[in-house]
Amino acid sequence: MTATFWSLSAIVAVAAVTFLLGYVGSRKANTTPDFLVARRAIPATRNAAAISGEYLSAASFLGVAGLVLKDGIDALWYPIGFTAGYLALLLFVAAPLRRSGAYTLPDFAEARLGSVNVRHFSTFFVVCIGVLYLVPQLQSAGLTLTTITGLPAWFGGLIVTVIVVINVLGGGMRAITLVQAFQYWGKLFAIAAPTFVLFVVFLASPDRGTQPISDEGVVRFPQAESITVAEQVIKVRVDEPLTLKVHGEIDGRHADGPVFWGRGVYELSPGTVMEFPAGSPVPVVEGSPTNNHDWTRPQTGGISDLLKTYSLIFATFLGTMGLPHVLVRFYTNPDGKAARRTALHVLYLLGLFYIFPTVLGVLSRLYLPQLLVNGKTDAAVLMLPETMLPNLGGQILGAIVAAGAFAAFLSTSSGLVVSVAGVVSTDIMPGKVRDFRWATVFTGLVAIGLALLLPRSDASLTVAMSFALAASTFCPLLVLGIWWRGLTWVGAVCGLVVGGGMVISAQVISVVSSYTGRWAPAFITQPALITVPIAFATMIVVSKATRRRAPADVNQILLRLHAPDPLGFIRDRDIARFGTAEEKARMADDQRRGAGRSR
Amino acid sequence: MSRHDAGKPEQAAREAWLGEQARKPRRRRVVLNDSAKARGKALRTIIELEEQTSVGEKLVRDLIKQQLRSAFGLAFAVLIGMCLLPITFYLFPQIGDLEILGIGIPWLVLGLAPFPILYGVGWVFRRQAERHERDFVNMVDR
Repeated sequence: MTATFWSLSAIVAVAAVTFLLGYVGSRKANTTPDFLVARRAIPATRNAAAISGEYLSAASFLGVAGLVLKDGIDALWYPIGFTAGYLALLLFVAAPLRRSGAYTLPDFAEARLGSVNVRHFSTFFVVCIGVLYLVPQLQSAGLTLTTITGLPAWFGGLIVTVIVVINVLGGGMRAITLVQAFQYWGKLFAIAAPTFVLFVVFLASPDRGTQPISDEGVVRFPQAESITVAEQVIKVRVDEPLTLKVHGEIDGRHADGPVFWGRGVYELSPGTVMEFPAGSPVPVVEGSPTNNHDWTRPQTGGISDLLKTYSLIFATFLGTMGLPHVLVRFYTNPDGKAARRTALHVLYLLGLFYIFPTVLGVLSRLYLPQLLVNGKTDAAVLMLPETMLPNLGGQILGAIVAAGAFAAFLSTSSGLVVSVAGVVSTDIMPGKVRDFRWATVFTGLVAIGLALLLPRSDASLTVAMSFALAASTFCPLLVLGIWWRGLTWVGAVCGLVVGGGMVISAQVISVVSSYTGRWAPAFITQPALITVPIAFATMIVVSKATRRRAPADVNQILLRLHAPDPLGFIRDRDIARFGTAEEKARMADDQRRGAGRSR
Repeated sequence: MSRHDAGKPEQAAREAWLGEQARKPRRRRVVLNDSAKARGKALRTIIELEEQTSVGEKLVRDLIKQQLRSAFGLAFAVLIGMCLLPITFYLFPQIGDLEILGIGIPWLVLGLAPFPILYGVGWVFRRQAERHERDFVNMVDR
């Protein structure tokens, strides 16, 4: 009960600071450019902290450690890919994108290709990616609150939605910048402090609370454990025979009492309760390594796991640059050079963060093997402090972690809601501040609705799917649009439809298969290795076939994208569309004198 | 369904964004004040850039090519490096048994090493890109 008290106070504190910073940030926000791009006046280091704060979502804060617990060393490709994506963004996209002067991703597409059609398609995919990314955040928020307080799962998602929507209503991008920058440092502290303390605790007494196992062996329960299967059917693999008590259904047959399990795979229906005695071997959810030998060594899963790893590298390396909520933050930089500096600083901040979840994941393998049975490994980081330190210290650490996780949901969701609302309000509605606010409410409602309807899967996996979608749609659009004169709007639209269509179908198939017994092959859950090259090829081939549709002014456009900032070619499209008469006059004036301001 | 579907207001906004020079190349009055005496040529180069005369277009093409070469080179190196790791681990599983101070080498290679390397590559690119841009500005200004 006291643990719940500490965690709840920490969460309330995070929410209060979020509101306060949002209020401070939004006092001066009243125009559309304020809401969309914070007037493009965010300094590079603060913007980098805000980007990292927004990017370190539930998938990073909870998911990475959970995947390390389950899949071992191969899960380290997630943090590597999540970071390397910013390198690709820095190399190919950051500066030219800012110099385009666009205010959303669809606006960039229209500015570059001169067609409203490509803008509409981009809008559709921005909304898709945004929602696909938002849903796991809200679901994980539910999981977090359930894990630490026992409140129902829908409650956490709802709380996050309400806080985010209220904050964004107040000041849009201007309000959330400070919030996200603060939340990066909050999250870094919330993961670093427990890691240091728990690691020292582990070094002081490596055997307390764990079961002695060799490096080769199967994981064992440190104490007797009762596990209930939640709402989905799970399959577990048994490597070493064991006896346990089961109340419920195994492989569709009723069971009530002691059961012997030999080596093999068992299917457990929802509601089934398993009681393991202390020291019993741990069955592991199907698809993950069953013993420590395979867990500690890379690439032991055969050729299909190898392909999955490559697909993951592809999706994360190329997908980051297509994430609309990340890109929209780069529009808030004053110029292209600042955008580049921001991206570089993000690489540093992310590298600093990602060391810690790995350590927590390894520790939780020793202390929390019960999570391996039902696969709910996202809870590992939350449960570890109190399992390792069953006293006040553990409770306070647990509260810090809970607050960090909550900050992760809030900052990521804020960024997603701002980017989706910005696109919806400027492309579907007239784009006034009032439209932005309506779009915010609408986005929040859709997201929370879907979060309650769709089945929960690992946060990192769902997020990896949105990376695949981004890598197969916006990555080719941006890279070809920025560097290749030949891209036409017809080619871009075809590429978006083919790449995006394939990823969305894969997602639908995998959801269907998760309801009907997980029959889908591995590449369906991680399709980037196939879809990204096809999307690129489609854009190039169709653009070549429709060469005369290329915009006549393509040379001027590429000049805008690549000319160094001191030459003064940047024209901000949000001012041109939404600015006051005074701002427009100033821009026109700059433009007239722009050529003279060469130094 | 052509790019002219944009309609009139959008078209006007697009012209504002592209600058008047983009569509109507016309004579431009240049007033030199005393401090900007040496700027005459710079101004002319910038106007050439905007009007995309053959010289201006060549300059921009070269800049883009330079930047793309830097970006591609580094991205390729990083991607190749990353892609070699899983296949090496797969083909030589005995690497998994190597240890330093009780920690498996693959854990260090994947959990620690990539982050400073990625930052370093980013730093190199930023320096190269900014140097290319500085050279470009200097060339235009001189």
